[in-house]
Amino acid sequence: MERLILKVTTKIFFAPIILFALYVQFHGDYGPGGGFQAGVIFAVAFILHAFCFGLEETKKVLPQKALIVAMVIGVLFYAGTGVATMLLGGNFLGYDQIDPESTHHAGQHYGILLVEWGVGVTVASTMLTIFYHFAGREPDIDQEDW
Amino acid sequence: METWTDFVIARYNYWIVIILMMLGLYTVFARGNLVKKIVGLNIFQTSIFIFYITIGKVAGGTAPIYIGDELKHGHGYGDDHGDGYGEDHGEGGHGADAAQGDEAALLHAKVENDPGVNDLKSAVNQAESAGDPVEAGSLHAEPDAAMKVANDQLSGLGKAPAAPEFEIAGAAQAPDGTTLDGAYGAAEILYTNPLPHVLILTAIVVGVAGTAVGLALAVRIREAYGTIEEDELEAMDNVAEFGDAAEAASGAKA
Amino acid sequence: MNLPEQLPVLPVVIPLVLAPISMLLPSGRAPWAWATFVSWLTFAACAFLLAAVEDVGVISYALGDWAPPLGIEYRVDLANALVLFLVSGIAAVVFPFAYRSVQLEIDARQAPFFYCALLICLTGLLGVTITGDAFNVFVFLEISSLSTYALIAMGARRDRRALTASFNYLIMGTIGASFFVIGVGLLYQATGTLNMADLHDRLAGQSNRVVDAGFAFIVVGIGLKLAMFPMHLWLPNAYAYAPSAVSAFIAATATKVAVYVLIRFIDTVFGFEFEFLGAAFTYVLLPLGLAGMFVASLVAVFQEDVKRMLAYSSVGQIGYMLLGLSFATVEGLTATLVHVFNHALMKGALFMAVACVVLRAGSHSIHAFAGLAQRMPFTTWAFIISGLSLIGVPLTTGFVSKWYLLEAAFAAGYWYAGFLIVASSLIAVLYVGRVVELMVLRPPHEDGPYAIPKRDAPLEMLIPMWLLVAANIYFGINTELTGGLAERAAEALMFTAGAGQ
Repeated sequence: MERLILKVTTKIFFAPIILFALYVQFHGDYGPGGGFQAGVIFAVAFILHAFCFGLEETKKVLPQKALIVAMVIGVLFYAGTGVATMLLGGNFLGYDQIDPESTHHAGQHYGILLVEWGVGVTVASTMLTIFYHFAGREPDIDQEDW
Repeated sequence: METWTDFVIARYNYWIVIILMMLGLYTVFARGNLVKKIVGLNIFQTSIFIFYITIGKVAGGTAPIYIGDELKHGHGYGDDHGDGYGEDHGEGGHGADAAQGDEAALLHAKVENDPGVNDLKSAVNQAESAGDPVEAGSLHAEPDAAMKVANDQLSGLGKAPAAPEFEIAGAAQAPDGTTLDGAYGAAEILYTNPLPHVLILTAIVVGVAGTAVGLALAVRIREAYGTIEEDELEAMDNVAEFGDAAEAASGAKA
Repeated sequence: MNLPEQLPVLPVVIPLVLAPISMLLPSGRAPWAWATFVSWLTFAACAFLLAAVEDVGVISYALGDWAPPLGIEYRVDLANALVLFLVSGIAAVVFPFAYRSVQLEIDARQAPFFYCALLICLTGLLGVTITGDAFNVFVFLEISSLSTYALIAMGARRDRRALTASFNYLIMGTIGASFFVIGVGLLYQATGTLNMADLHDRLAGQSNRVVDAGFAFIVVGIGLKLAMFPMHLWLPNAYAYAPSAVSAFIAATATKVAVYVLIRFIDTVFGFEFEFLGAAFTYVLLPLGLAGMFVASLVAVFQEDVKRMLAYSSVGQIGYMLLGLSFATVEGLTATLVHVFNHALMKGALFMAVACVVLRAGSHSIHAFAGLAQRMPFTTWAFIISGLSLIGVPLTTGFVSKWYLLEAAFAAGYWYAGFLIVASSLIAVLYVGRVVELMVLRPPHEDGPYAIPKRDAPLEMLIPMWLLVAANIYFGINTELTGGLAERAAEALMFTAGAGQ
């Protein structure tokens, strides 16, 4: 029962941090927030987990391979939104094409929501990848294990 | 007559920028430790962030966060703002002449009978009670026209953000900084220029990425060389390049 | 989707969207094949764009349907269409070339990331070129730079000095980009706009300390990125220790794009009405260009490492480009644009030849080149022809560049600069000749670390390399595309700069 307080605190805080990340993510088009901040907060939850339970435990939850896929999906989501608007007849990232009937530019709203989602996923997975690589290094490991 | 101390103090934000910039650059050049170099680089970049935020600051403007909706859904009618508009305009004097002031007073009378505007006012009241140091551009026009003017001004805001004259012509800035106009809601709020914030948000992201790459390189260098002190690295590179002669030379120096 | 209308954004969107996919592919040939395919697609888009611009003139594209000057504008005229064509063309040649070289020099598990970074670097370079928004230039510049740092550091498997080289580049590159951002911020403070064309309109007639300081910051910032003479110290090691394919790619593109940005800012954003510009030309660009031509070329003569020799020669060649720019005439600007184009062709071919030698000899030290003509004849002759082009021998692109430059120098009245151009070309004879003499006249090493088997590079490397060599000769004879287009581009740039008034 080493570091019991830390472990219990982490368990209590983990879900609210994720929730806060989601709030920042989806509130980002109205107020302060957005994908980048949300992604970092999201990653912070897992970094906290790694601090208290060890990196190996966190890697069981979110393996490195999954993070790389998530990174790619995030970028594709972002760029895909842009390409979709191009296919709909607008310019790259011309969100108005998503809902051209709207009188109050609802398309802008959907567009930024989609794009921010992509940003959030990419940032969270990139931050975690950076953390994994920094934290997971043994001193003096050779190139083969990199 | 402006003395030099006034000159210096009035531009304190620029001095912060310059001092941070020089500190950062000095750290980058003078420190041999690679991680300290990156720290210096970050300080240097922070000075740029502050510089951009300085550019975007509009005197009296609030943070560029859209609060229009909260205005619409505001509840509770405020009543302590109905007084003194005319006087305020008289004092405001940023290009508002007396005739305009009179006209404005008339308008305000009209505006006060408008329930929609009362609604807006109440929200304004709310904002004030929340302690926001809000100042409004008081626009001497009907709400609709005011909206147009405000929009023009907002687009102008993008054009000439740094010019100190930007304080909207005719803006009545009451001494206590809280007096709000009837046209306030329609005219929106005076925001600081959001564009530099956006730009600097981008620059921060770029800076974070650069820091991550730099630190990753420092880690790799530590693994490959066993040190992150620049002079030691250079000595090792010289040995690799010029062979034993360089080693002997560095040994002799040591 | 209306493809012709969307054409201006494609050179950026294609590599950006498709780059991450290479990370998901299994190691082996797949990521390389994907990257090559993407680079060809991009090249096709750029070629169509060049044709379209030649046809209809300036194309403007509003990103996200936000009309300029408020939104980000992609603005393609002849000058940047030419640079886009060049950058994507070099990519389309270097990417297929890279496979064997990368296989040797980079850990197989890193290969997918390598090709992803290479594509993102391409995205950044194309984005810098295409955009008409000053801040957007910074963003794309950093996209390309950050991926370049990673790419250079990947050379650490062969030589750990790649890490320190990359770190130094990172420090200098970040400072350069930050200076650039300060400059853009000052311009924004003075004008309230970031669109380049709009900046030009609003800066007209303005000459105060804010604008002057902005100009200085921008020139120094880009100067760091393009390795302008006294700020070039990051470049030689970065090029020398990067993986060979990366050296070939960035030597041919990165500094060229930075030169283009400098031209764009001087001519389109500031223009000749800007009083500070004349002084900058006479007291900064001209002397630094001349100094770079001589000092860097002289340093190149004494290098033991062929890659680093070529890198120093690049710094010298950038001197020619700055020189042409500093004449402030249509001829000078034409010479600069032509040399940007031609130098990319010759440096690309030279670094590719070195990559072939590294593949077989395992070293880019000058000793590995001894007797190479007997061991690797095709590689040797590729090196010799592009080396002659670097010197400026007739029937090669180098001659065309020097000719335009000399013409411009005499037309602008800088006759002494003309003589110095010829004199510095003689230094190029020295450093190229030194390698050529080793390759052709010396016997090859029979044993020892530099002994090579009598086997030329594989065809998949020889074909792209000889394509560039052929381009060196073709554009040396037919100057219609380079000279003709560059002249029209220069005229258009000078017109916006206000020379015609």
